[in-house]
Order: sequence, then C-alpha cells, then structure tokens
Amino acid sequence: MTTVEELKLRVRELENELIKCKQKQCAMEDALHRPKIDKMSAEVVDSNPYSRLMALKRMGIVDDYEKIRTFTVAVVGVGGVGSVTAEMLTRCGIGKLLLFDYDKVELANMNRLFFQPHQAGLSKVEAAEHTLRNINPDVSFETHNYNITTMENFTHFMDRISHGGLEEGTPVDLILSCVDNFEARMAINTACNELGQIWMESGVSENAVSGHIQLIIPGETACFACAPPLVVAANIDEKTLKREGVCAASLPTTMGVVAGILVQNVLKYLLKFGTVSHYLGYNAMQDFFPTMAMKANPQCNDRYCRRQQEEYKKKEAERPKVEVVVEEEVVVHEDNEWGIELVSEVTDAELKAATGTVPDLPEGITVAYTIPAENTASGDMVEETEQSLEDLMAQMRKL
Amino acid sequence: MADEATRKAVSQIPLLKAHAGPRDRALWPQRLKEEYQALIRFVEQNKAADNDWFRLESNADGTRWTGTCWFIHELLRYEFRLEFDIPVTYPDTAPEVAVPELDGKTAKMYRGGKICLTDHFAPLWARNAPRFGLAHLMALGLGPWLAVEIPDLISKGLVVHKGQQREAAE
Repeated sequence: MTTVEELKLRVRELENELIKCKQKQCAMEDALHRPKIDKMSAEVVDSNPYSRLMALKRMGIVDDYEKIRTFTVAVVGVGGVGSVTAEMLTRCGIGKLLLFDYDKVELANMNRLFFQPHQAGLSKVEAAEHTLRNINPDVSFETHNYNITTMENFTHFMDRISHGGLEEGTPVDLILSCVDNFEARMAINTACNELGQIWMESGVSENAVSGHIQLIIPGETACFACAPPLVVAANIDEKTLKREGVCAASLPTTMGVVAGILVQNVLKYLLKFGTVSHYLGYNAMQDFFPTMAMKANPQCNDRYCRRQQEEYKKKEAERPKVEVVVEEEVVVHEDNEWGIELVSEVTDAELKAATGTVPDLPEGITVAYTIPAENTASGDMVEETEQSLEDLMAQMRKL
Repeated sequence: MADEATRKAVSQIPLLKAHAGPRDRALWPQRLKEEYQALIRFVEQNKAADNDWFRLESNADGTRWTGTCWFIHELLRYEFRLEFDIPVTYPDTAPEVAVPELDGKTAKMYRGGKICLTDHFAPLWARNAPRFGLAHLMALGLGPWLAVEIPDLISKGLVVHKGQQREAAE
C-alpha cells in the first residue's frame, strides 16, 4: 500500500517537474516573442540584438554591416562544425541559411556544441532550424534532410544552390562545407566547379587535434580535386597513434575553433574587411596556424575545374593591369613532378616508398596522401564483351 | 595493407576502363557493364579458390547495390546483408559500404552501419582511380574489414550464429 508520506513526496516531485516545464515554456515563448526587426539599428540599448555588431561600423572595421542581411549561405553538414557555424551566422544576422544534412541528433554527439540531449532522435536540420529561429527570427531558413552524394539528391542540391538565394531564383552567395567525409566534399566540389560557385571547405582531423579551412574560387584557387587533400601536419608519429576499435575522435574545442575561423573568413569575405585566408590550418598540439594559397592545377581531373580555369584566364587577360597586390608566395603544381611510383603496400618499407616526396608546401601543411604522376595500376583490363548489361546482370544473379 | 592472399585475389580482378560516374549518361552504361564483368570474374575466382564470400546486384540504373556477404568462423557461416549507393563522384571516390545489421555493435562503423575503412584505403583508391571498381572495393574494403571485425564481434557475443540463436531459444 502507498503511504501518505510516499504520496506527498510524489506530489512534490510532480510540482517540481511542473515548475520546470513552465519555466521551459516561458523561455520558449519569450524567445518567440521577439518580433522581426525590419532594419538593423545601431542604437546601443539592451533590447537591440544588433547593437554590438553595428558598432563594428563606428569603429571603422566594417563599412556596411547591414549588408549581411542580403546574403545567403548554404551550410552542408550540420554536425560539430556546421551547427556552430550556422549559429554564429544566425547571431550575426545573415539573410538566409540553407542547411543540408541527412543525419539525426544522437547522444553520442553531446561532446560537441549546439545540440541538446532532448533533441536526440530529431533530424539535425530540423533541430537546428528550431533553435536558430528562436535565437534570431530575422533569418530565413531552408532545410534539406538528405545525403547530397546520391544521384537524385545531388540534382536537387545543385538546383537549390543555383536558385535558393534570399530572392528565390538567385544563387546562394557562399557554400560552406562542414561535412566529415571525402565523398561529400568531392560532391560539393563537383557542384561548385560546374556552377562556378565560390565555397569554403572546413575539416577537423579524425584524431581531433588539427583542422583547417580553405577558400575555393573555381578556376582561380585550387579546387578540392586539384591536389590530394591538404591537411595540417599533426607531428604525431603514426605508430604511436592508436586506432584500435575507433573510427574518429572529436573535441568541442577543436570544432569550435575551426567553426570560428571559418565564419571569421566568411564575414571578412562577405563584408569585405581584413584579409580573406585561402588556407588556414590549426595544429592544436603545437598551437600553430599555418597559412598558404594554392592556384588551380591545370591538370586537374575535374574537367569543369579546367573549364573554369580557362574562363578565369580570359577574364584576367581582359582586366586592365593596374593593381597587383602581391600575395604570399603561391605554390603551383603544374604537373605531378614529384614523380611517385605506386608500390604495393605490404611492409613498412614499402609503405614508406609509396609515400614518396610531398609537394612543396609551407611548414605545417602536408597532403593526406600522394598520387603517382602516371596511373601505374597494372594488370588485365576488362575485355570487350558482346553481352548486354541485362545479360551480365542475369549472369551475376545466377552465380 | 593487405595480406598476400588478398593481394593475389586483387591482382586477378580485371581493371576497368570507362572513367564514368552515374551522371555521365553516355558512358555510365559501359562502366556498369565493366563493373559486372569484373564482379562476375571475381566471384568465379573466389568460387574456384573455395572462398566464395559475397553476392551483389544493382537496380536497373546501377546506382543502388544490395547483396549479402558471409564469413566462415569455426565452421559456422555468418551471413550479413550489405548495401550502398553509388555516389555522384564515383569512380573518383569509393562508395560507402554499409552492413546495417551490425550498426551500433562495433566502433569501426559510422552511422547507418557504414564500415570504417583503414587509413590506407582512401590513398589506395585515389591512386588507382578510375581503374578500380566495385570488385576491388569488395576485395580491399569489405573483405579485410569482415576478417578483422567478425571474429571479434563473435568473441564478444555481439554476433551470434543463427542456428545457435535458435538452440538458445528452445
């Protein structure tokens, strides 16, 4: 039997829970209550969410901060880096955000910023939109819960990139890659080369202690296919790195830093202040931030990249030669002249031989791997066949 | 990165010629034919070597693949369903192979049961694109992964043989 004491205790528990619920609801309503603001004000009052941003103008850092409301940014991948990136842009008052991610919020994500345990199970884009709308109702949102690398989704992705701007039908101003895998980065690269769309790539290493951001202007700066992925040298001996039983580690710190330098670069690029970085690395072990710039590779595998390079050359030739701002020494890779041969990797010695020389890059930056100039895969090629695809499919099924 | 047997098996898989992904309407059917030719040859070789271990088939346009793979451990056969989509950037990037029923059982897996390949796989694929195809993906990606993970999962009791499962239930 339940005693009176027990029931009293239960009533108290429930009362407490009710108070918590009410507080939560009030907080939500308060947030929802802020009406949209038509024009950013520079007035310094407690109630103006933009006063500290507009102060950038008075201090002479940014010429026209309000312009931020005219821009549309697409964030691909709303994970550890992408969600924080989207939050920063939302708080800065960006015009419109497009969010792409196929994943759901999981409790395993709680070592990172932004998402909260009660959102577990929701799609990342849906959960993010809800939080971000509460933070700043002035921002427009468009979310897509799918994997951009598959055929159908990719077509839709391309369409939204070229038509999803603040004014429907116009292209987005910038795409930010905050994804965690090579396939998705290559898919974004493919889309941007075809559309001539400027984008920024970001990444955090699987061991969580380095990261980078990279600005890609199709035809001008190296695209993602121009060279093997550029990574920050972690100065960790591969042999001491224990990979047993895990795929990837992550830290909220490294991801927060990378999101921060990414959005800083976005603001500088969109609002035209400071120097926009072409490549900025972050080595957390030594606290080192290597920078570099890299031109597009004339031998890039992506034919749209090569086409964009032609366009860029034409444009450059037509441009009157006046201002030549001397950029930091640019590393050009005319061809793969660090001629590496493919050696089957079996032993450490052979592995070392296959690693070959690394292109001339500034201290602290290296390539994820090297590729031989000549494709040296040897062996028999598939033979010509009279069989139709249907025949082959049937033959495979019968095996 | 791979043992002698794997290397030998891989060297016998014919290399592919057509550099075309699924967005290349004109050349993709040719590439798809080559994929099937290489896969058929690889399965036949496996059978001849008494090491038949997977089957794959695709939808009509070859963009989605499903199949089964199996692993023999202490004379018992463990079978798993496998699936993957061909990414738009194929064959420059390899598809992400998933074994959904093992999702959540091993840390060597990403969400949705996508297997986590070693650091050697991406460079190896990049160096051999576009000549490597799905048969190479099976031989160098899924095969070695199963060989490491399945015995471990069995020893931890996370994968139980279907026959034993029934016995236990009875």
